[in-house]
Amino acid sequence: MGEAEEILLPPVVLREILDHCRSLRPEEACGLVASDASGRPVAVIPVTNSLHSPVRYQMETREQFAAMKRIRKEGWSLFAIFHSHPLSDPIPSPADIRQAFYPEAYMIIVGLEKEPAVVRGYVVRDGQFFERPLRTEPVPPSGSATP
Amino acid sequence: MSVVVRIPTPLRKLTGNQGEVREEGGTVREILDGLESHYPGIRERLTDEAGELRRFINIYLNEEDIRFAEGLDTKVKAGDEVSIIPAIAGGAR
Repeated sequence: MGEAEEILLPPVVLREILDHCRSLRPEEACGLVASDASGRPVAVIPVTNSLHSPVRYQMETREQFAAMKRIRKEGWSLFAIFHSHPLSDPIPSPADIRQAFYPEAYMIIVGLEKEPAVVRGYVVRDGQFFERPLRTEPVPPSGSATP
Repeated sequence: MSVVVRIPTPLRKLTGNQGEVREEGGTVREILDGLESHYPGIRERLTDEAGELRRFINIYLNEEDIRFAEGLDTKVKAGDEVSIIPAIAGGAR
């Protein structure tokens, strides 16, 4: 993970993250994003927030274990950990930073206080966070022919 | 009895970057003793001053969370797999 890279998400991955977070509002939602051997995000794995809280989350431990095992079995890597802030800006809180035990994964936060939602990505390491530009892959042109 | 222990990324600094190590022991506690003797400093990342598992650390024996078995006294047998899984948690407040 370099220091100035951007986080590139396929549109379908971003949409799945957003759909999951919106579906659970006003509770915080959470989950994992897995990438394939080339580093491209390929799967969104929602995990239950066992706290069912609008301001805190903790992944249900069995589901988290199963999700991580699935990532390993598929030959994927943990690309990002996402969660939502339904009532505030998508900026890592002291709790987010204190409990960030997976420095190899990006932290993606979805701010749902207003629509449109605001999605931001971070690297969190040694108690500090650094925002990384988050972009969706361009959708290939559907063809140049005009009717 | 030899078991495989899966080490999460944040602890691999202590295991020479190994994600998987082998340890001997009859219980999870003995496995942690073995880890500490080979990789000093790892136990304090997993257990508190009272020797209990830290709140944000989960340990699975095969498919089972040891908190729902006998905790650190859960027995292990040859060929078992012990996974150390830091919890994923946080939130706006």
